[in-house]
Amino acid sequence: MLKKLAIAAAVLLAPPVAGAQASDAKSVVITYADIAHAMYSDALATAETLRSAIHGLTATPNQTTLLAARAAWLAARAPYQQTEGYRFGNPAVDDWEGKVNAWPLDEGLIDYVDPSYGTSADANPYYTANVIANPNLSIGGKNIDAQMITPALLSDTLQELDGVEANVATGYHAIEFLLWGQDLNGTDAGAGNRPATDFDPKNCTGGNCERRAQYLLAAADLLVMDLGDMVAKWAAGGEARTHVTSNPGQGVAAIIQGLGSLSYGELAGERIKLGLMLHDPEEEHDCFSDNTHNSHYYDQVGMTSIYNGRYVRVDGSVVEGPSLASLIAAKDAAVAATIEGAMQNATQKLTFMKAKADSRAMAYDQMLGKDNPEGNAIVQAVVDGLVAQAKAIEKAAPVLGVKAMAFEGSDSLDDPNAVFK
Amino acid sequence: MPVRTWSRPHRLSKRHTMTLAHYVRGALLPLLLMIAGGAYAADEAEIVKPTTTFSAPERFETNSGGAASVRARKNADAFSQSSANLTFEQEMRFKIGNGFFKRLWVSAPSSTQASDGLGPLFNARSCQRCHLKDGRGHPPENANDTAVSMFLRLSIPPRNDADKALLDSHRANVINEPTYGGQLQDFAVQGIDPEGRMRIDYEEQLVTLADGTVVSLRKPTYSVDDLHYGPMHPDVMLSPRVAPQMIGLGLLEMIPADAILAHADPDDADNDGISGRANLVWDNETGKVAVGRFGWKAGNPSIRQQSGGAFGGDIGISNPVSTAPWGECTEAQKACRDAPHGTSPQYEDLEAAEDVLELVTHYSRNLAVPMRRDVGDKQVLRGKRVFYESGCVSCHMPKFITRTDADRPEHSHQLIWPYSDLLLHDMGDGLADHRPEGVADGYEWRTAPLWGIGLTETVSGHTYFLHDGRARNLLEAILWHGGEAEAAKAAVTELPAEDRAALIRFLESL
Repeated sequence: MLKKLAIAAAVLLAPPVAGAQASDAKSVVITYADIAHAMYSDALATAETLRSAIHGLTATPNQTTLLAARAAWLAARAPYQQTEGYRFGNPAVDDWEGKVNAWPLDEGLIDYVDPSYGTSADANPYYTANVIANPNLSIGGKNIDAQMITPALLSDTLQELDGVEANVATGYHAIEFLLWGQDLNGTDAGAGNRPATDFDPKNCTGGNCERRAQYLLAAADLLVMDLGDMVAKWAAGGEARTHVTSNPGQGVAAIIQGLGSLSYGELAGERIKLGLMLHDPEEEHDCFSDNTHNSHYYDQVGMTSIYNGRYVRVDGSVVEGPSLASLIAAKDAAVAATIEGAMQNATQKLTFMKAKADSRAMAYDQMLGKDNPEGNAIVQAVVDGLVAQAKAIEKAAPVLGVKAMAFEGSDSLDDPNAVFK
Repeated sequence: MPVRTWSRPHRLSKRHTMTLAHYVRGALLPLLLMIAGGAYAADEAEIVKPTTTFSAPERFETNSGGAASVRARKNADAFSQSSANLTFEQEMRFKIGNGFFKRLWVSAPSSTQASDGLGPLFNARSCQRCHLKDGRGHPPENANDTAVSMFLRLSIPPRNDADKALLDSHRANVINEPTYGGQLQDFAVQGIDPEGRMRIDYEEQLVTLADGTVVSLRKPTYSVDDLHYGPMHPDVMLSPRVAPQMIGLGLLEMIPADAILAHADPDDADNDGISGRANLVWDNETGKVAVGRFGWKAGNPSIRQQSGGAFGGDIGISNPVSTAPWGECTEAQKACRDAPHGTSPQYEDLEAAEDVLELVTHYSRNLAVPMRRDVGDKQVLRGKRVFYESGCVSCHMPKFITRTDADRPEHSHQLIWPYSDLLLHDMGDGLADHRPEGVADGYEWRTAPLWGIGLTETVSGHTYFLHDGRARNLLEAILWHGGEAEAAKAAVTELPAEDRAALIRFLESL
């Protein structure tokens, strides 16, 4: 299996194929694009609600408005995570994603941190730059004017400052850090616990409350802008939509690629397995809010929606149409059943993990703990379920005539033209 | 800059005698027998010959990294993609490897045993902190800039027969400075003194090209401030090194050794003024001498050895390749050796166990080379002609075919375009560090691969080139070439402005 599915599929599925089949693939990718548009639109709408709640918090900082803003963040997170199946293989999405969901971050760039976070002795000079406290940053002889904290300052200057990926200044996780603060509980219970007075210039805690509010507002504005861009890219004529609809074979390959890469490498691997290997509570995706179980779970909800061509929107309405599932079932019922079984199993494992965390019996970061075999087993089952899901989805490639070309180029010396494609 | 011509036959011949002595010492015999078997098959030899026609792009030229090539992203992530032809399973290992590559190590003891053991001396807390965005490091912007993605290597000449024997057997590339070790660490964990601070002083030198254009080159001088462990050995040799770009390494590892050696011409038998020698270094895994491929002087035979060495030397993390829990602390640095370490039985009494090294090695092998842009553009093709006809391709060899290995199908039998012969060449006085490393003498450097070079600014936000980042753009980098590259460099200085611009445009399309 490989990542050049797109090209193979383009060749095999596009012009020479029988009419019915071609139109099937075509209707499948149209559903796929329609659901993308709906999902990103929901992510945008909930981000706008989040922005309003943040305005509420900064206008009237108190525990109620803080909790409302946190609730809005959690509500915005669920639809966004469902879109992640659209990553991996669609250039318009891939080149954009880091703006909204970059992780992990050295939060000391943004705001004050606990002394246990450490100070310097590091090759990231911005590790504790604390932009909120420092309107003029002068680090390593370089001067940054941060008098006004604007979306442009965040996206054009601070994001990945000095080429350090952990200098994350924008997106969901920057906002999360500002709403919750650091989670200093390790693998014990509890999330971040920033007080509302951190945003209250009149009773300011943590210092620089006006600038903290300014940062939060700028980050929320930027998130809304970036999501708006992505909604437009999935609208009629948009770049992301065109990539999958102009060539249905390429589109079908993109679906398989996206679901496989998200299940396996991204979610099972980088986001879950790594933390389990390290037994480190910091290795969780939504580490400030203790929302990681939901962010993993909604990835799976989104993948299921994409595969089945049926998405239940935030308002309860449904977007649906011809699906990849039905396309596969029409060709090979056994493979379709295998995939369905694997997806149900993965969903079950993720649901179990989510229920455990929601019941407050054990937070996700606690499940990673070194001396928590029960928690480790719950997380490992999720990894195994996602890996099995990806392996099942891989089986769809040959069924759909998407040739597995992983090692094309390594098979023959005789025909240099084939060899070096 | 005074332009000198390439005329040091005495040094050249002396060096070669030494090399031949190495060859006959026995360790290399199996290697040489292998070479006698020939490099490529005839049709393959034809495929990798540098082209002589420039009217149109060559076949497959877009895919610099063969089937592993990826779309060239237009943002700073352009060097951070995995090989295009990985399986989902390999992609997962790449991503977990990336997690370890980014991972900040902390000092021991800590609550996260899996990632403690930093230092006690170190240059960075993670791989990524020097290999920024998997691209090139850079020198400090000024005296206050501690954002260091380069460091100084340290060594001394052999002191006695035992030292000489060690070098002659290729079991060591250098004799470390006795107190400070093989490199200068500018950071240390709490309670331990760092070793010192690299200091760079630049002096601008003007070069006038044939068409009257004046270019200023900055010539660096290196020294060390704030030495915390007493004076260095009087004969210490310093060599500055920026972190190299990480793309395409797995493919370079898979170029057949005999294909590299086929270009070597240690005695300059063809009288073209260009010798080209392979570095010959100890391969820990096989326990044999192997062709050096990685590092600015090709001092490492494999990505695993390079990665394990960097874990130990740069971050102070013990691992299966570099097992000392105190990293690079020498016997003379007692407090450092006695400081707490992060080894634990569950991690094979190491700080980074085999699985971690393996994942980071897999990651490092699979950072993909982005596809070329604008290969058919007229100016690019004109620049390509200039590049080839000026003699740059004598060392910056365009093409190789990788060998086949059943365990690494993703890197097997690919036509790749690294623009490097991976050999050592005398680059003249201007670039000399006067510090031998293995077979490489104080004038020699490995030909740097050029693939991806045009994306340096996109990825790294700068255009600092060469081993110490002294060149501030591509033209400066070319003008620093001397020694064996003197003739090619001279050809460039004679170019009409339009050809020079085309040459740069070609490089930017790589």
